[in-house]
Amino acid sequence: MLSFVFRRFISMIVTLWLIVTLTFFLMHAVPGSPFEKDGKGLNEAVAANLNAYYNLDKPLLVQYGLYLKQLVQFDLGPSIANSSDSVNKMIARGFPVSFQLGVVAILFAIVTGIALGVVAALQHNRLIDYIAMIIAVVGISIPSFVVASLLIKYLAVEWKLLPTATWGTWQHVVMPALALALGPIAIIARLTRTNMLEVLTQEYIETARAKGLSPATIVIKHALRNAILPVVTLLGALIANVLTGSFVIEKIFAIPGMGKYFVAGINNRDYSVIMGTTVFYSALLIFMMFVVDVLYGIIDPRIKFHGKESEG
Amino acid sequence: MIVSDDLFVPMRKDSASTEAIVRPQLTYWQGAWLRLRGNKLALAGLVIIVLLGVMAAVGPLISGHDYAKQSIISKNKGPSDMYWFGTDEFGRDVFTRVWYGARISLFVGLMAALIDFFIGVLYGGISGYLGGRIDNLMMRFIDILYGLPYLLVVILLMVVMGPGLLTIIVALSATGWIGMARTIRGQVLQMKNSEYVLAAKTMGAKPFYIIRKHLLPNAIGIIIVYVTLSVPNAIFSEAFLSFLGLGVQAPQASWGVMANDGLSTILSGHWWRLFFPAFFISLTMLAFNVLGDGLRDAFDPKSGR
Amino acid sequence: MEKQETLLEVNGLRVTFKTHGGEINAVRDVSFTLNKGETLAIVGESGCGKSVTAKSIMRLVPEHIGKIAGGSILFKGKDLAKLPEKEMREMRGSEISMIFQDAMTSLNPTLSIGEQIMEGIIRHQKVPKAEAKRQAIEILQLVGIANPESRLKQYLHQFSGGMRQRIMIAIALVCRPSILIADEPTTALDVTIQAQIIDLFKSIQEKTGVSIIMITHDLGVVAKIADRVNVMYAGKVVESGPVRDIFYNPQHPYTKGLLASMPRLDADRNMPLSPIPGTPPDLFAPPPGCAFAARCDCALEVCRHYQPDETNVHSCHAVSCWLQDPRAKKWIASTQAPTGT
Repeated sequence: MLSFVFRRFISMIVTLWLIVTLTFFLMHAVPGSPFEKDGKGLNEAVAANLNAYYNLDKPLLVQYGLYLKQLVQFDLGPSIANSSDSVNKMIARGFPVSFQLGVVAILFAIVTGIALGVVAALQHNRLIDYIAMIIAVVGISIPSFVVASLLIKYLAVEWKLLPTATWGTWQHVVMPALALALGPIAIIARLTRTNMLEVLTQEYIETARAKGLSPATIVIKHALRNAILPVVTLLGALIANVLTGSFVIEKIFAIPGMGKYFVAGINNRDYSVIMGTTVFYSALLIFMMFVVDVLYGIIDPRIKFHGKESEG
Repeated sequence: MIVSDDLFVPMRKDSASTEAIVRPQLTYWQGAWLRLRGNKLALAGLVIIVLLGVMAAVGPLISGHDYAKQSIISKNKGPSDMYWFGTDEFGRDVFTRVWYGARISLFVGLMAALIDFFIGVLYGGISGYLGGRIDNLMMRFIDILYGLPYLLVVILLMVVMGPGLLTIIVALSATGWIGMARTIRGQVLQMKNSEYVLAAKTMGAKPFYIIRKHLLPNAIGIIIVYVTLSVPNAIFSEAFLSFLGLGVQAPQASWGVMANDGLSTILSGHWWRLFFPAFFISLTMLAFNVLGDGLRDAFDPKSGR
Repeated sequence: MEKQETLLEVNGLRVTFKTHGGEINAVRDVSFTLNKGETLAIVGESGCGKSVTAKSIMRLVPEHIGKIAGGSILFKGKDLAKLPEKEMREMRGSEISMIFQDAMTSLNPTLSIGEQIMEGIIRHQKVPKAEAKRQAIEILQLVGIANPESRLKQYLHQFSGGMRQRIMIAIALVCRPSILIADEPTTALDVTIQAQIIDLFKSIQEKTGVSIIMITHDLGVVAKIADRVNVMYAGKVVESGPVRDIFYNPQHPYTKGLLASMPRLDADRNMPLSPIPGTPPDLFAPPPGCAFAARCDCALEVCRHYQPDETNVHSCHAVSCWLQDPRAKKWIASTQAPTGT
């Protein structure tokens, strides 16, 4: 088990390094410095000073080295558009909000998705199954921002049940979380259903029935346990999905999360912010994938005891 | 039970019937086509896609308007006889723009899917076929690439290359081929070691023949399904990028750009500016997803339905 | 033959399966009894209905897939065919147990062995965990697994094939059922392990007095362990009787064919094996007469049109074959007359 965790950890570090490097060189592949671009109308002397301040006049590799050094100290650099602000501070402001939203969306998606998938599998080929799968396909097909727009239009504007936008109370969380969760719910439901259907045909389910166990026990303790494993592996991708989806959702609902800074950075071509937030997001994602891998290892006893030969 | 005595004589035999197999057999493709035909939903998806394609081609031509022509007096008018889908804030006809945008969105979707297909099949096919250390190396490379957050890389590329149709396609294709490569490689590996290929080899078949007659037909099913399912993904990504301001530039319009522009109308009440592009994005994605699912079930009936 | 106590009585059992192509008559009018403490073997080819019969005794086939279309299954004063599902669940695992062919796929890979044994105990006996654990250890010892205490926490993949089969037997026996149904328990095992498992069955029967229904297509296994044998073909029992009678005095052409098709060490190596030609009939539309007629060397016209009655060759040995009818015997005698003396 320990060697498994260790290997994943190394993998994580390598990928992270790769992303940092990729981001760095991509950002610097743009010709000219951010101060000359967009015609900010700075005079030469000021531009030169700013370039020096941000180390932009040094050779590329040196800049790279400096950047790595910064990163190891968890310093993501200053904002170029707004010199009094730093990326770290932006993250400190925005992340808690995004985190809340993300966690709610993911938990909701997991619970609802699994429940929907199980119900559909148990009622295989009957009406509920059919309806659930239609909902699932639609859920995958309608982009989150369309869902968001619909939700705002009806729940907020027409029926005035929830606030239109911004952040603050639990009511503000409902619509954005719903919009973010719909896609993942659909994916989880479909996967759970397929897995459940397959598991239910397995012979150990018949053994469980031959023991006289109640249907509930069989479904939850025997079938679901095995059907869920692949969903856990999906978890990493889903977290990525929710994370990137949050950019757009936060924009639509004017939520003061990290997405706001990221999108603003893109629009302002504030390379420092773009780099900084990208690195942060990537690190977060990669770390989550690592956690999910370890989780999977714990749940599946075959990995837990990886390496132990069978005895007797 | 009364049974007459004269029945106790030897039975007339008809040996052919004892070995006959009762039901007629179907070829792989016949079976797949039959199953697809029975899947009403998938067929509906196919019809919708064809219709969308037709409209994309002729839509801008039949409307009588130009997609870029602005008209101050006709600003923000709702759907009417003259403007079937209404007008936007610059007085441009939404109907024309929707079908003009359809061309772009569909084009992006299909191109990205096709490029993914080519790169993926080549990479995966070579890796699987060569096997051994080269395969290991190539897969390692993919594993690392796979760990990179897809959309973030796309966004980065877009920022660097500047927005535009070409950059969108390049950016989407840059990481999308990985899934296809993996799948193809898996297929090739499985088939390489399968018994029917071994049988063909022992009968002296040359590699090219094996590829043509055995590997390809079996892989095509998977490839078709994969390509079909990558289209909605690409369309979604394009719309997503547009929402972040990284879509095609004005006056060109893709569905994503139009939807983004139309966002503000939720409150202003000019619903048609958001509704039509959003509706068609969803419809297209739905159609492709449903068709892709149907194809998957048709080619592999054991896949869970 | 001493009068034995009848434990299970199956009368006229019929089971049909609903499929896209129509209705399959998997079990067509099967009747037999199981006596206390004996081992009954049910033999036949794949698809003859032996597994379905066994599963139907425990009502393991889901209603919407296969239903019991007729007949009764009498056990301890109840008709299992008509018992409400809830009561049936009480029976399963505690009064009647079943083990399946492949222990690797028949046991849950993500639960520990101990958990899988104990859940049955707790479910039926409602005892605390410590007591369940004690019983689990006891049963593992009974089936011959060393160090049972430490092995309770282990998982399926940590055991060898033979051990897995023993575990499955342990799970089935832990609540001391009256009947154990074993569906092809040795088919997936190596020959040497097979012998061990057969011996295990015998020793368990000695120790606990459980009655066993053994389903198999392997006549060697039957010879080693069975007291009585039912031979099934195309959903019906064609011959049944004590094991010695079946082996040394088979009456039905199918039984004879089965015995003759077994490769034997003492046979002439140059002689070809003698399989039974042809394939079993399509159960969508079973023939009106004897289902084996198309493949039978001795078939008579009557076999094509009418199902044979059951005749008793001995007190316990019964056959369903028209060749038993005196008129058939007359015909056979008449054809042999010129060559006989």
